[in-house]
Amino acid sequence: MTQRVAVVERILGANDRLAADNRARLDAAGVFSLNFLASPGAGKTSLVEQTVSLLAGQLRLAVIDGDIATSIDADRAAAAGATAVQINTGGECHLDAVMLQGALDQLDLTAIDLLIVENVGNLICPANFALGTHKSILVASVPEGDDKPYKYPGTYRGVDALVINKIDLLPYVRFDMDYFRRGVAALNPGLVTFPLSCRTGEGLEAWLDWVVAQVATGEIARG
Amino acid sequence: MHELAITESILEIALRHGRSAGATRITDLHLVIGELSSVVDESVQFYWDIVSEGTAAAGATLHFRRVPARLVCRACGHSYSPRQALPCPACGREDISVAAGEEFYLEAIDVTSEEADAVALSETP
Repeated sequence: MTQRVAVVERILGANDRLAADNRARLDAAGVFSLNFLASPGAGKTSLVEQTVSLLAGQLRLAVIDGDIATSIDADRAAAAGATAVQINTGGECHLDAVMLQGALDQLDLTAIDLLIVENVGNLICPANFALGTHKSILVASVPEGDDKPYKYPGTYRGVDALVINKIDLLPYVRFDMDYFRRGVAALNPGLVTFPLSCRTGEGLEAWLDWVVAQVATGEIARG
Repeated sequence: MHELAITESILEIALRHGRSAGATRITDLHLVIGELSSVVDESVQFYWDIVSEGTAAAGATLHFRRVPARLVCRACGHSYSPRQALPCPACGREDISVAAGEEFYLEAIDVTSEEADAVALSETP
């Protein structure tokens, strides 16, 4: 005899629980953490490099790099002055809470103020998998085009800050900043936004100030 | 590409609820997937046949209930589909919230309880 059993359980509930564990672990160790999301080539690693090399004097930084293969990104973060751990996802299109848990095991969390997690380059899947990091940063870039908020609403809705990289290319690329920003405003009203260029350094200061303030706020919140 | 992880998670949830209901066999799974949750039915079905093999849910039928996306304008309260446009078609404002379309859960399972199946379920992971 067949019987209907009500379940009503979120499919990604297990990942969410592990993400909460990761968050508790980071909080206990006094680590503030950022999750960088972007499409491939937007400049996540360049932003990591700049952030690390310009903040290395005042903060102890670590970087966890998610990629399908190779340690190119972790090597770049290490060269810039961070403790770096590479996660090779072996084909998975995103990092999940389990992968982050494994990477955290490889770090001495008590020796870190700021942890940057560089997710796999992808504007779809990473948005579905919470990691337990404190804030999600979306790195957009001018050459990708101004229609990305409209095409990837899930990712644009879920982030806490937006970097618009490669603004030095604005004179050469068709990118309607107004149209782009209207899409962002509709999906994520009031989203804090940093137009900058990792290549020229323009706009980096505002971004770095925000990061430092976030780390300080995290410290205050933890007491 | 993350449908494998998702399918394993679906299996784990179904088996756990099947066990606690004292079921010996799971015949059907009823999934609710919002239009905005970027999950591909065919892909889940493909992995399902592989990951469910040898479990009490082997061969169970997956039913997908798709929930269409619905936006609500925060300014005027108008409710509409995002396929029309992002700005509110009623007032033109661009301050919206998602009222539906992000669902992603297992709603129910259909199970049977027969002595002959008891072995199968106790052997599941």
